[in-house]
Amino acid sequence: MSQDYTDLEFQGWRRENGRMGVRNHVIILPLDDLSNAACEAVANNIKGTMAIPHAYGRLQFGEDLELHFRTLIGTGSNPNVAAVVVIGIEDQWTKRVVDGIAATGKPVTGFGIEGTGDIMTIAKASRVAKDYVQWASELPRETAKLSELWISAKCGESDTTTGLASCPTVGNLYDKLIPLGLYGCFGETSEITGAEHLARERAISPEVGEKWYKMWQSYQDDVIMAHKTDDLSDSQPTKGNIAGGLTTIEEKALGNLEKIGKKCRYLDALEPAEAPSKGAGLYFMDTSSAAAECVTLMAAAGYVLHLFPTGQGNIIGNPIVPVIKITGNPRTVRTMAEHVDIDVSGVLRRDLTLPEAGDKLIELCVRTANGRFTAAEALGHREFVMTKLYRSA
Amino acid sequence: MEQPKLLVHDHKDMVGVVVVEDLVADNDVLAVITEDNSSIRIDVLQAVPIGHKIALRDIADGETIIKYGQDIGKAVAAIRKGEHVHTHNVKTKRW
Repeated sequence: MSQDYTDLEFQGWRRENGRMGVRNHVIILPLDDLSNAACEAVANNIKGTMAIPHAYGRLQFGEDLELHFRTLIGTGSNPNVAAVVVIGIEDQWTKRVVDGIAATGKPVTGFGIEGTGDIMTIAKASRVAKDYVQWASELPRETAKLSELWISAKCGESDTTTGLASCPTVGNLYDKLIPLGLYGCFGETSEITGAEHLARERAISPEVGEKWYKMWQSYQDDVIMAHKTDDLSDSQPTKGNIAGGLTTIEEKALGNLEKIGKKCRYLDALEPAEAPSKGAGLYFMDTSSAAAECVTLMAAAGYVLHLFPTGQGNIIGNPIVPVIKITGNPRTVRTMAEHVDIDVSGVLRRDLTLPEAGDKLIELCVRTANGRFTAAEALGHREFVMTKLYRSA
Repeated sequence: MEQPKLLVHDHKDMVGVVVVEDLVADNDVLAVITEDNSSIRIDVLQAVPIGHKIALRDIADGETIIKYGQDIGKAVAAIRKGEHVHTHNVKTKRW
């Protein structure tokens, strides 16, 4: 591959707000759990559309409700989505999501079920969905620089090979592409425990480092320590991590942080699902370390491609964002081949250097952006999991 | 080129990671330090699964374990050079 990464291009869809997407989904988005059935019925009626069912949206309040809206509006606003039908039990909250998505300029229509019933709502929503999917199917792709992409990263089912091979491969990609204008993102607040001194130093300024540190400390105090029932040794590292050879949370965290490369500095520490607003570069997002929750939040912030290093073999996908699995574990390559998009086990054998592995990953990002299905897409993995901050009222 | 059976991140590290399947007790095993591609040789005292760690020197009970050049926890038993290092003899300092 050429060492001049500035010339790399892909074919995607330029949305009304100027952002580039790599997929062209028409989604049927429920406001709440009660509306999943109607959304799934519409997606069944109209081929080429996709329902995104989820478990929440009733009697939430305060910061938790704001996060719910931010996640739904962000999901609909993602450049991988061409058009959206929103269905909710009540008109008012449905309208809030519709208005939020409409700010991007893309087609979006909402339907409330109350006073109408499922069947009539499904009929009306299906007609709109049909118009949307026919319109979207004719949208042409256009050429853009690879650096116009927003690419997030989060690892899972980690082991010691993650820190040796797959995470530093992602870090190598970030070191090469972020200076050219790529948006990057890492998160997993609690899984930086043990490397927090290093993460803090990687901020663009002491102020941003301090903002990050407060986020990390608050996750420790308000989530982990407030709710723990044992010494956490059975939760962090996980059983899978331990089977893979990771002994302590510190060891896991140091491997995890290899994802951000050697040079990049993060520009801001984002709230969950918050869109970055300080220009191109690397961002941290305050997220759970659970795979689907984290990827859902990063997709809602506008990231269109996700890099997922795994050691023992995490199988996660996302409905709207292609999730590229990278592994350096030769046993996982052998036993879970159908889930692996890129094999970097050569790094362990020393017949593949990290810069070469980074180039392989960049090439795969181009191919995936151009339309190649990831393993998770081909296998139908569409994990969409809302982050819930506390119990509903 | 001989393939290493262990990789070590940093010269300060006290442990190396097994990167081949089916490693058994063996003398003079090649370990590569990825920081600068230098190598060392070590006698491995027992079978250790891929991804798991082996002590590169004798470690005393209570000693801080260094990997990535950083503190990853403490020994809770004495560990001999060449032995398996994992949850049975190392614990986090965090919880």
